Amino acid sequence: MSTTDESRDAETRQDPAARAAAEDPKPAAGTATRDSRRVPLWALVVGLVAVLVAALGGLAAYGGQTLPERLGPPVEELAVERTIIAPGSIELVLRNTGPDPVAVAQVFVNDSYVDFTGADEPIGRLASDTLVLDYPWQDGQPYTVSMLTSTGLVIEHVIDAAVATPEPGFEFLGLMALVGTYVGVLPVLLGMLVLPILRRTSGRVVRVLLALTVGLLAYLAVDALLEGIDLAVLSGGAFGGPILVFLGAGLAFLALTTIDKVLAGRRPDEQGATGMRLAVMIAIGIGLHNLGEGLVIGSAYAVGELALGAALIVGFAAHNTTEGLAIVAPLTARRPSLWSLVGLGLIAGAPAILGAVIGASVDNAGLSALLFGVGVGAIVQVIIQIVPGLRDRASGRLLDPAVLGGLGAGVVIMYLTGLLVAT
Amino acid sequence: MTSRRRFLAGAGGVALAALPARAVADTPPGHHSPPDPGAGRGSDGGHSAMGGASGATFREGAGVDHVANGFDPRTLLREFDYGTVSTENGRTVREWTIRAQDREIEVAPGVVFPAWTFNGSIPGPTLRATAGDLMRVRFINDSAHPHTMHFHGIHPADMDGVPMVGRGIIAPGEEFTYVFDAEPFGLHLYHCHVGPLAEHIARGMYGTFIVDPPGGRPPADEMIMVQHGYNTTFDGEGNQLYAVNGIPFVYMNDPIQVRLGELVRIYLVNILEYDPINSFHLHGNFFDYYPTGTRLEPSEFTDTVVQAQGQRGICEIRFPNPGKFMFHAHKTEFADLGWMGFFDVVDGASS
Repeated sequence: MSTTDESRDAETRQDPAARAAAEDPKPAAGTATRDSRRVPLWALVVGLVAVLVAALGGLAAYGGQTLPERLGPPVEELAVERTIIAPGSIELVLRNTGPDPVAVAQVFVNDSYVDFTGADEPIGRLASDTLVLDYPWQDGQPYTVSMLTSTGLVIEHVIDAAVATPEPGFEFLGLMALVGTYVGVLPVLLGMLVLPILRRTSGRVVRVLLALTVGLLAYLAVDALLEGIDLAVLSGGAFGGPILVFLGAGLAFLALTTIDKVLAGRRPDEQGATGMRLAVMIAIGIGLHNLGEGLVIGSAYAVGELALGAALIVGFAAHNTTEGLAIVAPLTARRPSLWSLVGLGLIAGAPAILGAVIGASVDNAGLSALLFGVGVGAIVQVIIQIVPGLRDRASGRLLDPAVLGGLGAGVVIMYLTGLLVAT
Repeated sequence: MTSRRRFLAGAGGVALAALPARAVADTPPGHHSPPDPGAGRGSDGGHSAMGGASGATFREGAGVDHVANGFDPRTLLREFDYGTVSTENGRTVREWTIRAQDREIEVAPGVVFPAWTFNGSIPGPTLRATAGDLMRVRFINDSAHPHTMHFHGIHPADMDGVPMVGRGIIAPGEEFTYVFDAEPFGLHLYHCHVGPLAEHIARGMYGTFIVDPPGGRPPADEMIMVQHGYNTTFDGEGNQLYAVNGIPFVYMNDPIQVRLGELVRIYLVNILEYDPINSFHLHGNFFDYYPTGTRLEPSEFTDTVVQAQGQRGICEIRFPNPGKFMFHAHKTEFADLGWMGFFDVVDGASS
């Protein structure tokens, strides 16, 4: 109860006008009426805010007393957001994802009580705390960490295979940047090398290629959606769980649409999203997707679940080379400069570097889910941009056999090259 | 704000002050003692816990608040309740009053267990008689739940303390006096027998019932060890805590002091629920084992015995060497989850 009162006070303090209105709203309203015969808009807003704050505050402070207590026992939930494994110790970053405070009283690992530090006080809703367990773990072995709460509940966290967490030093970040370059930048640039060949082909082939691109992107969107939801479930749901993916997707879609309108405003001569503008939009969409891909690679490597072998690099390269193709597909009718092509490649590929670094150093499932959603929203926006270009200018038909074939081929290519990447 | 944690640490200090002085004075270096009365938990100036490769321990080697719990395994160990003794027609009569009570017990530091108890402690009081005595156990149910007292021993059907036989279930607020002869001599137990039975036992409703042979046993330093567990999640699948005499790890923090060369007699009982068997293993020594205590000749000279639920036996030990010797379940999972302790063997002159 005291916490609620404090937060209400804090909110009131932030706005002196609201406080004044809350303390004595009548004279203020009366003065306004005499001066202008109409209450000013700002006063209405301030008055409304004051009423809302007072009502919600009062409800929070006293409303609970009018309702019966919960029938069941306290609901205790903890999510482990990050596991840091160092010689002789296991560190767990906890977040309370349930409605009630959780007091971690004792901890046992694989059925043996252990000494630990942290979480001296109960962890409040959405609050975070860190446990450091004194435990002589062995490399590669599985461990079940059981947290015994003050009510006797056991909250378990399974470590599939204990591996020392890499130190987040300069060398490690450099390694992640290199990985991001291998799986993001290089393949996209390689894929863009098909541009000279594309220029010599007919408009019909370009339409098929654009359809192929839509197929590729649709596959990526569905793939990222599934992976994002998986990660969101892991995050424990404190911040919304799977809704995070859709939140990221929705916000990214709106943001990219805004960017697209701004770009369109600068070049009013272009009709619809074609040419360089479409290429930039595709590159941004793919870049946001590669951010998510980098996140997964970085965090998987950090927890020792990923071998950074040649197979992985080659697999991702084959998979992502097709993304380069998608970027240059709208550019067959023009001659972009080498630097603008490199710029497009970096927009699409470099986020993988950023993603790998974030994934390895933050490793937060909720954040990753949100960023995966961003990738999904970006791709959906790009698909909507490309679709008008698929229409056959002569017949006006959208879904002719060539386009349908291209769509199908795009999905199949992504599926098959995806099999090369065992993550 | 006064945190509950600091409150517990302070109360632990009171409990420590109530201990016999020798238990504190003889604490060897490197062993983790109960919380320092002056230091709150979490301070780095206190004791050092074992942990890591040194073995299982509660957080910072802390102990529970025995005062708030209302019983202390360090003294309960050697407490025997002979009842109120009188003579009727030349026969010894022993009378007890036992109350079923619902109690919140701190079973591990910071962990509260909603227990059902006999007289407020886990295990309940150790009732002790001599073979042939007449026993009158007045049972008052002060708990919110129906209970009985079911004794192991030889007695009439209507004194068996099970539902639907004789008086049957004793409802909350009611009482009943169980009257029966103390026989046969040996080591027995009593527990509630109301359904669901596993829960009524696992909640804490059990205790030791000793019938001495006519003429008694040779003098010894006698103690009880009731092996049990706490299924704090109430899922009926195993236990989260294992112990003897109520509190896990309690004899790690405060080793049981015994004298060099003196006969030590342990009345060992297993009333563990949700696990098939339990065991007792002694380090650095062997003991004579008397299954159920119903014969005066030992069946075995060993350092490890296994007991199923309800099984019990007497261990007789002499320690030829001074120092600290562990005892624990040789099912290591149980040991690491609380069922382990130390004997501290001291020279007779020094204690």
